[in-house]
Amino acid sequence: MNQTELDQLISPFRDKIGDFEIAADKFISYIIIKPDQLPALMQLLRKDCGFNHLSDLTAVDYGEEFEIIYRLYAIPGKVNVTVKTRVPRSQSELASICSIYPTADWQEREAYDLMGIIFDGHPNLVRVLLPDDFTGHPLRKDYQKGR
Amino acid sequence: MTTLFDTDQYIINIGPQHPSTHGGLHVEALLDGEEVQEAIVHLGYVHRSLEKIAESRTYTQFIPYASRMDYLATHLPTLGYVQAVEKLMGIEVPERAEYIRIIVGELSRIASHMLFVGSLAIDLGATTGLVYCLRDRELIMNLFEMSSGQRLLASYARVGGFAEDLPEEFFPALQAFLDKLPTMVEEYHGLLTGNEILQARCRGIGVLTADMAVAYGVTGPNLRASGVAYDLRKDDPYGIYERFDFKIPLGERGDCWDRLMVRVEEIEESGRIIRQALKDLPGGEIRSKVPRILKPEKGLEVYYRIESAKGELGYFLVSDGGEKPYRIHIRAPSFINLMALGPISRGGKLQDIIANIATLDPVLGESDR
Repeated sequence: MNQTELDQLISPFRDKIGDFEIAADKFISYIIIKPDQLPALMQLLRKDCGFNHLSDLTAVDYGEEFEIIYRLYAIPGKVNVTVKTRVPRSQSELASICSIYPTADWQEREAYDLMGIIFDGHPNLVRVLLPDDFTGHPLRKDYQKGR
Repeated sequence: MTTLFDTDQYIINIGPQHPSTHGGLHVEALLDGEEVQEAIVHLGYVHRSLEKIAESRTYTQFIPYASRMDYLATHLPTLGYVQAVEKLMGIEVPERAEYIRIIVGELSRIASHMLFVGSLAIDLGATTGLVYCLRDRELIMNLFEMSSGQRLLASYARVGGFAEDLPEEFFPALQAFLDKLPTMVEEYHGLLTGNEILQARCRGIGVLTADMAVAYGVTGPNLRASGVAYDLRKDDPYGIYERFDFKIPLGERGDCWDRLMVRVEEIEESGRIIRQALKDLPGGEIRSKVPRILKPEKGLEVYYRIESAKGELGYFLVSDGGEKPYRIHIRAPSFINLMALGPISRGGKLQDIIANIATLDPVLGESDR
């Protein structure tokens, strides 16, 4: 979806989800939103806009902040929406979207396990790939081997 | 007061060391008698921190790691990775390489599905079934050996094309394989799908409804077995898949039986694609001119997804302008498909968990990364 299409899709709901921004890079355009408005936006995209497939959920470490990226698709078809949000490193918490997209369950656990993002309201936020007694989150850029 | 007839919850651990778990997968089954109340999946026994390793390797150096994810369909994860890097760098691929990508990619899919049929058979007690499938898969392994010198972990694809052209002896061998393919599939039907015991163990077992499948993010043949026509080769075509004529096999009920039949039909469809690609295969270069050191633009990121043998395989690459990726994330279909194992096993019998694992077809190298 390009920038104008995305704007047309979301703008009617501006009063419901609050302020957001639509940006674009070389390949895709995406929605940037504050973490506290994320569940409302996800609910809207799932229920009203028909994006039923959460393809990917991941986090990137940008030093002071973490960026969490959600990629939604509508099955069938190839229409997609990408949602990005940022949380500060000192308080890497945001709401879980498990109840909206059940597939977020393990993907959020993975982001917690490897990147240390806390998803509030997740029913079972424990490590999924690393052992339970592991300390630290290895995909963080400041992670030191052997600690 | 406890009496003799009180029931108790019983826990059975399946794996991590068990042949039917196809690698290091641990399923904790909470039982009431023989009935499964809950099946809890524990992962991570084959975690090799590929995403972390990728940050300390150059873009080219990561190719062999990618082929070690889904080692049963070795070309597909490497192709997905190099195509993601090509998109990031804006590199064009020669026509001949595009066609060969289709050929080796679909061969990988056939190899993976053949092993699926064989391992389902042996998991359900039909040892002979495995032998037939391994015998046929061996022909594909021979083809892979010709292409790259490696049978299982062929790191054949490169950014911009392939390492080398296919040798001359590859084409008659591939033709011979394609000629035998219908007989092979017929044999599977006669030996396995026509078998009453296998049918009884699969029909109506582990039902994954279409709504559930979409909600849990299940993709690939597992999703199509639930009756949802979603195949990235058709729905979001990449490479040159638009040029080929093929069907998307669909199931109806989403049980183990449908998951088996969809894959057997996909073997035939992949055969059709390879025949078309072989007919139109152009000559020419196998690799375009690619800089020796790959340095994508700073701040650029790309998400590229392909239809791998297990489902939607996505690569998310972030560049910081250096020769190593800033971040790689892999959307592994096996990982996400496994999420459905608990829900579909609930309420079934203990032995059905085995059939459910086998038909969800996880490969643990990919799910744990």
